[in-house]
Amino acid sequence: MEAIRSLGRAGLFSLSVLRASTPTADFFTELLREIYKIGARSLPIIAVGGAFVGLSLTLLGFRALETYGASNQVSVLIGLGLYRELAPVLTALLFVGRAGSSIAAELGLMRATDQITALGLMGIDPVAKAVAPRFWAAVLTVPLLTAIFVSFALTASWFEGVQVLGIENGTFWQVLRDSVDFRDDFLPAFLKSAVFGGTAALVASYVGYHAEPTIEGTSIATTRAVVNASLLVLMFNFILSAMLFR
Amino acid sequence: MPAASPTSPATAVQLEGVRLERGGRAILSDIDLVVPRGSITAVLGPSGSGKSTLLAALTGELLPAAGTVEVLGAPLPHRRRDLLELRKSIGVLLQGNGLLTDLTTAENVGLPLRTHTKLPKPVIAQLVAMKLHAVGLRAAGDLYPRELSGGMARRVALARALALDPPLMIYDEPLTGLDPIASGVIMSLIARLNASLGMTSIIVTHHVHETLPIADRAVVIANGRIVFSGTPAELDATTDPLVLQFLRGEPDGPIAFDAVARQEAA
Repeated sequence: MEAIRSLGRAGLFSLSVLRASTPTADFFTELLREIYKIGARSLPIIAVGGAFVGLSLTLLGFRALETYGASNQVSVLIGLGLYRELAPVLTALLFVGRAGSSIAAELGLMRATDQITALGLMGIDPVAKAVAPRFWAAVLTVPLLTAIFVSFALTASWFEGVQVLGIENGTFWQVLRDSVDFRDDFLPAFLKSAVFGGTAALVASYVGYHAEPTIEGTSIATTRAVVNASLLVLMFNFILSAMLFR
Repeated sequence: MPAASPTSPATAVQLEGVRLERGGRAILSDIDLVVPRGSITAVLGPSGSGKSTLLAALTGELLPAAGTVEVLGAPLPHRRRDLLELRKSIGVLLQGNGLLTDLTTAENVGLPLRTHTKLPKPVIAQLVAMKLHAVGLRAAGDLYPRELSGGMARRVALARALALDPPLMIYDEPLTGLDPIASGVIMSLIARLNASLGMTSIIVTHHVHETLPIADRAVVIANGRIVFSGTPAELDATTDPLVLQFLRGEPDGPIAFDAVARQEAA
């Protein structure tokens, strides 16, 4: 029963975020600040993560396909695997760890230090000021971070496949281009990323915004944000994959 | 319930038969309070007596379980949007200041002006400079809250609360954590601003001796109710043992020091 109540509260909170998203000058100032804080500052971790995923996937795929004499088809595996599943999901999970935790901690500390109360007492909607810009920053930046993730993963894959394992350069790119479709693979990947970004930001904001106004409360909110957002991302990934890739 | 009669123009705040609860437990009961416009009213009481709960009721954060609260001539609205609108007319200085840590001092003070007015940027900058000047911090506009001392942060929060020239100011423990000099500066600022801007001020505090010299009226809260209401001179002359215990800071008396006993008494 309590779980249903919590779900209802989270749903109402999400609606209040959408309702509070008024495109004022102050909103865009906050949005830019948040895009920098949660988007630009996540770039290094996304780039490094993407490169290592590309390297691992290439090695794994090359060895598996070598058994059937199809090792030069490894970029099919890389392309489809990255665009359809790995890039959106892993980017979102890295984003949850890097930015989701910081959103929850920031809002929790704002609650503990009376900043959220002060906004309300000034007649300023705290959700509009503190939550809506973070939500939209996540919706906008996670697809872009996914693109960065894919770029680094493909570059790393090319390096390992072509420069180290000896796949022919033209074959690598031609097979990749033939296997990845703009409408069926590329666009759904970015749609998924936007959904994951919004989900991560909403979950982190909800638990941070409603944290107990203590240091311990902030700490609990941060942990809860990472765990709940990660699980929701994985759950939504399954639902969206089932809907988008038939 | 009969419709509440509007307060007279001479009254800024009126509470009638108010009962305030938190978590189903009564914190304050039978609260009747009238705050005349233009006055400074000190709401005094020991820690945990319910002063902050009363403040929450005045700002609409906490709805009364019984009774009516009227602020600036109208009952407190229940709709969130109307409440946010009313709060533009109420300046609140919080005990923890509530300064936004990612904004500079000037940005903090300008926040209500940027949000609630369509004034051009240069005008807002001028107004912010004036507010900071009024609290003696004109040169601190570029500093972040973490770079301010406790007294400076309190004055910045005061400047921000005054940004929209509210007719009603509420101060929640304005002297907590301040040294005697900073306390004196804050109290003289409150008195000067109240007189020069024609505001009504409510000071919620347990700092009796620093607050009474500038107050027109005093209200003492203890054991879950108002135990005294009158002028500071009447407070000085009172013989009520409950009030005297609080004023003299005596550990033994009708006000229980133990928290559990106080809950039971409330």
